[in-house]
Amino acid sequence: MRPEWPVEVHRELAAAGVRVVGYVPDAGHKRLIELCRADKKMRAVPLTTEEEGIGLAAGAWLGGEKSVLLMQSSGVGNLVNVLGMVKVCRFPLVMLVTMRGEQGEFNPWQVPMGENTARVLEAMSVAVRQAGDAQTVAAHVHTALGLAYETLGAQAVLIAQRVIGIKSFQEQTSQ
Amino acid sequence: MKLHRRQVAASLLKDRGNLLVVAGLGSTSWDITAAGDSPLSFPTWGAMGQAAMMGLGLALAQPKRRVLVITGDGEMLMGLGSLATIGVQQPKNLAVVVFDNERYGETGMQQTHTAFGVDLAGVAKACRIPQCETITTAKGVSALRTKIHKGAGPVFAAIKVLDEKLPLVLPPHDGVLLRARFRRALLGKSADVLPEEL
Repeated sequence: MRPEWPVEVHRELAAAGVRVVGYVPDAGHKRLIELCRADKKMRAVPLTTEEEGIGLAAGAWLGGEKSVLLMQSSGVGNLVNVLGMVKVCRFPLVMLVTMRGEQGEFNPWQVPMGENTARVLEAMSVAVRQAGDAQTVAAHVHTALGLAYETLGAQAVLIAQRVIGIKSFQEQTSQ
Repeated sequence: MKLHRRQVAASLLKDRGNLLVVAGLGSTSWDITAAGDSPLSFPTWGAMGQAAMMGLGLALAQPKRRVLVITGDGEMLMGLGSLATIGVQQPKNLAVVVFDNERYGETGMQQTHTAFGVDLAGVAKACRIPQCETITTAKGVSALRTKIHKGAGPVFAAIKVLDEKLPLVLPPHDGVLLRARFRRALLGKSADVLPEEL
């Protein structure tokens, strides 16, 4: 049987030599965060806001290390201005974004940012890759890591809400 | 007593050796440039609020090198959460130093929150940064320089400086140049080469 997608994604991050993992927790990233925290070669850095992850990634690259940034779609709205630095300096950047505001959403307050996550990223010159099912997530992450670090650009992989499969607060809190 | 910011920058960066420096946008980028531009300085022109986090990323990537962030009170106030993040990571090689003139210097000298008594060193202390202080004397700056180069971090200091308007001393503004020169100076020419070419 094929391993679950967070295990495959963690393998991609490890194989690419990612050493710094900035994150603002999302239920959809729960397993991947655990895997990264347990990996002795990775430094997991919990952030108070997604914006901090951009500074963290930029600083890590100045120091010669690769990083990845984990967040949910609402967090994309918190880092718009600082993406300007990524563009102007051509910092490599990989963001893995779990989507809210899609199929199965129960909270209307998640919808406005969820519906506009891709276009906000694209407006700031971040290339967007849509992972619509669990089988494709790791392949998109592999591509994003390669393009970010070999061509010095910003890449985001949006992991669809149907991959995460959370439909209610009850399910989320019982995870 | 309040100090002259350019003198403080010159004191902290004198004989800087292997020190890696990140500066917040605006006056502190001009201050570190006035003290002598270096490829191992990364003066920012934007991304307000991210200077301390850039310092953290750099400190984690380069645990054997000392990292100094010099930023302004307005820039630090925009990224107060980063002090909490640094407090969790406890990087021993990181110092964050705020030149606190209690003003937004680039936008018309409006008062910042520190002019009303908000205590940045107090915030840093509450965020579990072990070495925190507010400095108002040249002697204090001299002791801070020793801590930055030799002490166990993380270190935080707010240095009270005059709200003087000074001549601009501008670093390069091309972000690609700043990024590439820093990596080349730190990592060698391999920093210019794509990973598969190594």
